[in-house]
Amino acid sequence: MTTYLVRRVLLMVPTLWAIATLTFFLVRLAPGGPFLAEKDIPAPIVAQLERKYGLDRPLGEQYVRFLANAARFDFGPSYRFPARPVREIILEGLPVSAELGGWALLLALLLGVPLGVVAATRHNTAADHAAMGLALAGVSVPGFVLGPALVLLFSLTLFWFPPALWQGPGSRVLPVVTLATSYTAYIARLTRGGMLEVLRQDFVRTARAKGLPERAVVGKHALKVGVLPVVSYLGPAAAGIVMGSIAVETIFGIPGTGRYLVNAAFNRDYTLVMGVVLFYAVLLMAFNLLVDVAYTWLDPRVELG
Amino acid sequence: MSAAAESWRDTGEALEARATSLWGDAWRRLRRNRAAVAAAAALATIALAACLAPWLPGLADPTAQDLALGAAPPTPAHWFGTDELGRDLFARVLWGGRISLLVGLIGTLVSLCIGVTYGAVAGYAGGRTDDLMMRVVDVLYSLPYIFLVILLLVFFSRSIVMLFVALGLVQWLTMARIVRGQVLSLRSREFVDAARALGATDAGIVFRHVIPNTLGPVIVYATLTVPAVILQEAFLSFLGLGVQPPSASWGTLVADGAKVMALFPWLVIFPGAALSLTLLCFNFLGDGLRDALDPQDRR
Repeated sequence: MTTYLVRRVLLMVPTLWAIATLTFFLVRLAPGGPFLAEKDIPAPIVAQLERKYGLDRPLGEQYVRFLANAARFDFGPSYRFPARPVREIILEGLPVSAELGGWALLLALLLGVPLGVVAATRHNTAADHAAMGLALAGVSVPGFVLGPALVLLFSLTLFWFPPALWQGPGSRVLPVVTLATSYTAYIARLTRGGMLEVLRQDFVRTARAKGLPERAVVGKHALKVGVLPVVSYLGPAAAGIVMGSIAVETIFGIPGTGRYLVNAAFNRDYTLVMGVVLFYAVLLMAFNLLVDVAYTWLDPRVELG
Repeated sequence: MSAAAESWRDTGEALEARATSLWGDAWRRLRRNRAAVAAAAALATIALAACLAPWLPGLADPTAQDLALGAAPPTPAHWFGTDELGRDLFARVLWGGRISLLVGLIGTLVSLCIGVTYGAVAGYAGGRTDDLMMRVVDVLYSLPYIFLVILLLVFFSRSIVMLFVALGLVQWLTMARIVRGQVLSLRSREFVDAARALGATDAGIVFRHVIPNTLGPVIVYATLTVPAVILQEAFLSFLGLGVQPPSASWGTLVADGAKVMALFPWLVIFPGAALSLTLLCFNFLGDGLRDALDPQDRR
């Protein structure tokens, strides 16, 4: 187990290096600089700025220095907001993004798994078809369509929840629901598929033959194996939620990290863009590792290797 | 469906069944799936309307402005209402559909070409080549791709060609994995040996004999890739990174509508509904195709 973890963490290094290198050179190759504003900045000031950010050095030296600093999670000051280090900006938005994503994932699991179980245990009934039709609809409606629709209905017509911002518990509802819907639907589909597979297996028949109540058969014995597809989906789901949160944070005006990425990209705030991209990469890889470990814990047949 | 299949097996009625090809069988199963047929019909209607938009009689010019009218709710003259510049929203949704569907199809085609070739070569070569090629796919999988797409689109030209490339690049990985898995099991089959005995080259075997046999899963996955690409394009356009004005896709229409939805809700409702309905139809059709083309997976 320890060897496996060490090897997985070591394998992350070349991937991160590749991402860092790609990001660095993409940003440098891009036409136009960070200091090209509408107003013409006098050449000496541009030179001064470039010296301050180390942009006057040879590319190789810049690259090495960038890698060394990135390893320490230090990306220097933002180009756009020179008074603020990139690290500070990321860490400031992180709790908000984490809360949004965490609630969304939790909601998706708490709704999606039971929905899938119910559909599987009533296989091919009207309830099953209704649940799966609903799930397919949920998968198909993009967050940036659902978000405005929910705001239209619940904020601007019914006045139940605030239409934007991130203040107080009421403001959490619409963004979290928007972000969670498609994942709820997908998790329901996965759970149903996994449960249908499991319910046909011998150990389930044995459990029933022993005279266990159906509740225990489904809830205790089948569910543990039936949710395995969901567990392996959590990695991609987390990635998707991070991506979806960019749109949701934009729609609802939530001050999270995702919104910074979009703004930074438009502002050509190179240091901030590189910082956010690398930060997300580490986050996603850590999450994937966590999911793989959780998988072996749930299913002893899987060996790490 | 599984209950029917079971009883069919038990009573031995199968004996009188006529021989049907895989495709004939799949077609029969697909037609029995009412949701999939309805989805296919709806898709055909949407696609036809979008394709023919420039020649539809009576359809307003999507760029013609009527500033005196401004944003007006739906009327018999303007079925979906008009936007702030008085442009007919129904026409704009149809024209936007042209771009969204085109992006979806071309993005899928790009991912199909790369993914099928890559997966087939890896699976057919086997051994160390296969290991190396699939390891590359694993690494690419763990990249937060959407960020690289955003970088590409922000820092380079936000042209529609760049969008095709970026979206195709994101989608080919899963396709490569599916095809490789198929090819791996196909390459040790007798017909491959037979082809080799007849003197076919490796390239000939892969492209003439192996790839056609992977078509079933490829079609299913391609059907599910189209809505994924449309969704990604709409997402990027929503953020302002995708299709640039004066062109408009469903994504940009939703983005523009969302900004003014408190005043003119129809501007976000209709494009959003068109986008969602299309994605839903593709997903229903893809599900139906999977059930029809995968005889083992009768759920």
